[in-house]
Amino acid sequence: MNKLHLNKETIADCRRLAHAVATKTQQFIDRHTTDSVERATLRLFGVDGVDFEDVPIPNRIVDHWKQAGVLARGASNLLAEALAATGWSLPDLVKRHIESDVPLFGYPKLPKDRVVAILEPYWRPIKESILKGRALREERLAASPKHKTDLYVIVATGNIHEDVKQARAAAVSGADIIAVIRTTGQSLLDYVPYGATTEGFGGTYATQENFRIMRKALDEVGAELGRYVKLVNYASGLCMPEIASMAAMERLDVLLNDSLYGIIFRDINMRRTIVDQSFSRRLNALSGIIINTGEDNYLTTSDAFDEAHTVLASQFLNEQFAYFAGLPANQMGLGHAFEIDPNIENSFLYELAQAQMAREIFPEAPLKYMPPTKHINGNIFRAYEQNTLFNMIVQMTDQSIHLLGMMTEAIHTPFLSDRHLAIKNAKMIQTAMASISSEIAFPRDGLIETRAKSVLDRAHALLAQVNEDGLFATLEKGVFAGIKRLETGGKGLSGVFLKADDYVNAVMDERGNAR
Amino acid sequence: MKIRPYGDTMGDGKIQLSFTLPIPYDAKGEEAAKEIARQMKLVDPQVVHGESLNEGFSFYILYGRMVGEVDTDMIKVRSVESPSRSKEDVEQLIAEKIGRDLVFVGASTGSDAHTVGIDAIMNMKGYAGHYGLERYKHVKAYNLGSQVTNEELVKKALEVDADVLLVSQTVTQKDVHVKNMVELVELLEAEGLRDRFLLICGGARITHELAKELGYDAGFGPGKYAEDVASFAVDEWLRTHQKAR
Repeated sequence: MNKLHLNKETIADCRRLAHAVATKTQQFIDRHTTDSVERATLRLFGVDGVDFEDVPIPNRIVDHWKQAGVLARGASNLLAEALAATGWSLPDLVKRHIESDVPLFGYPKLPKDRVVAILEPYWRPIKESILKGRALREERLAASPKHKTDLYVIVATGNIHEDVKQARAAAVSGADIIAVIRTTGQSLLDYVPYGATTEGFGGTYATQENFRIMRKALDEVGAELGRYVKLVNYASGLCMPEIASMAAMERLDVLLNDSLYGIIFRDINMRRTIVDQSFSRRLNALSGIIINTGEDNYLTTSDAFDEAHTVLASQFLNEQFAYFAGLPANQMGLGHAFEIDPNIENSFLYELAQAQMAREIFPEAPLKYMPPTKHINGNIFRAYEQNTLFNMIVQMTDQSIHLLGMMTEAIHTPFLSDRHLAIKNAKMIQTAMASISSEIAFPRDGLIETRAKSVLDRAHALLAQVNEDGLFATLEKGVFAGIKRLETGGKGLSGVFLKADDYVNAVMDERGNAR
Repeated sequence: MKIRPYGDTMGDGKIQLSFTLPIPYDAKGEEAAKEIARQMKLVDPQVVHGESLNEGFSFYILYGRMVGEVDTDMIKVRSVESPSRSKEDVEQLIAEKIGRDLVFVGASTGSDAHTVGIDAIMNMKGYAGHYGLERYKHVKAYNLGSQVTNEELVKKALEVDADVLLVSQTVTQKDVHVKNMVELVELLEAEGLRDRFLLICGGARITHELAKELGYDAGFGPGKYAEDVASFAVDEWLRTHQKAR
């Protein structure tokens, strides 16, 4: 598809530059591990639960190793050595550590293959259950009606049981994907809360139990409706790898998973989150979870017309980082958004150019297209109209993941009726404009083609600059979203470690493939 | 003047409303919707649209008439009284009357992750063609972004010797924004700093009335831009500093 007559060589060169940037960053990633990667590894051996003071067991153990200064060797070495020396099972060992402070380090070292072999009985059943979940998803999707665009809505009540009611109602109204928004501030917690939760602000805590509750509810309503309903959560912030591990175990389908977003909008330290992201994406590659990236958010602080090329440049970078983690193109839900001020003349045409361009450059990616938020002003009737324009672009450019705009954006978390009306609006456009995308051609050198060319050229120039500066220095300059972040600033840097020479991970091999 | 809502004839009192009920959609649901309108003192309620929202919920759009009247002469509004000046006028006023840069520190505080409001007022680009404070001559603007604690905001304000604190609250659930804003006032008072700064809040749900109640100097709701905030800040700075002299 090349309706916009984009320059193929420029696109290829953008990919080459992004690949070069990702290669350099990957060298940093491969040498490091983090608190959260090691906690996720523990979870993937089945270590879960909380202690008497509600501290998650994976945090207790990793903190124990950190205090002893041994974490750089990795959870796998330390755990396997303790298991071999004591002869206990992993659950017994953990129980004795929590209850009677049995140390989990200081035992004789073992060769790598022994470490992997000792932990294999714990990782294998979990890996098999993840793969079983993946097969089940594929089977159910194959049995569901096919459509090119998934309708995506959020629930955000703060109470998982209330979320279930709203999610079920949305699914019956026609939603294909339900995202449970996290409580504000969860991305800054350096642990994952435990159990079912009923208190949250602007969202609900991401916990493994909450995942399980919502998965069950969506499977039930999906069975009633004769189609698979997808579940989304957020593997971002300080616990990215742990959330990805829980999501894999509980068969979530889509995860927001973008370290650039965390760096820029949550001030997470860049070294920390780029290492965390790599491990999470490798897990997502295993579990078949589609990632969503957060470039669309740049346009909530930067101007959507002037800075559109930063979104494209970031999509190219995210694509290469995803390839490095073993994610195929059809699991890369790259983000973009409809955020140009509607008072700009021809804003609709510029939005169309951007969306069509993204579709053509990333033909296999399940692109995630975000609705207007910035230029919504409390007039719900105007907002409904803006969302209609947005919905038309989705249909005209075959977007894959269609995040529905709410007419009450920035007023409150969506009412049940807001969500219903949004779904009906999108469905009406899907029906009324069903075949529009194959009926559109763009005039050569017209406004739309020219705009797409200009955005691509600017993204190309920006990527050349990023390649020269390196990713970390680029973020220090505030290129994305106009927000500057320091390489040694932000939250979570104290949880980043240079791997010891004998580091091993019994879940992933050195190339990042699941063992 | 006594008024009612205007549909298409003076005094017809027509009101449009919509809501969801936690019961299925049927004749009983429609009747319940009308009864709700009656209890809201609307006369002749008509359900013009009703439908199922699934899972035991239903949605209604209604019209009705109100028969009461509101006397506009009896209504008192507290709004920011300073005249709104242009960017250039504000800049000139600072240069002439204050004689040094006016320092603003702003943030979206508490758990609020949204920067739309504070960016609209502070960032270079501004919003809807109204430039933000960063672009003003004789203004030093520090935008701390989102999820800033009240403690961090005060710390930064002391560090840069701020004149004005801007607090933005965009998305809020269960009135968490009020709690946040009150805590800042309490913190400033506890540290003996309340009189040192002009304290201004803004956001979709903020009114001047609410701001005054919570102990702020002013509040700006939707449709207000950097020049409104700057005009107030300059006037208020001059007023308090002249009084001090």
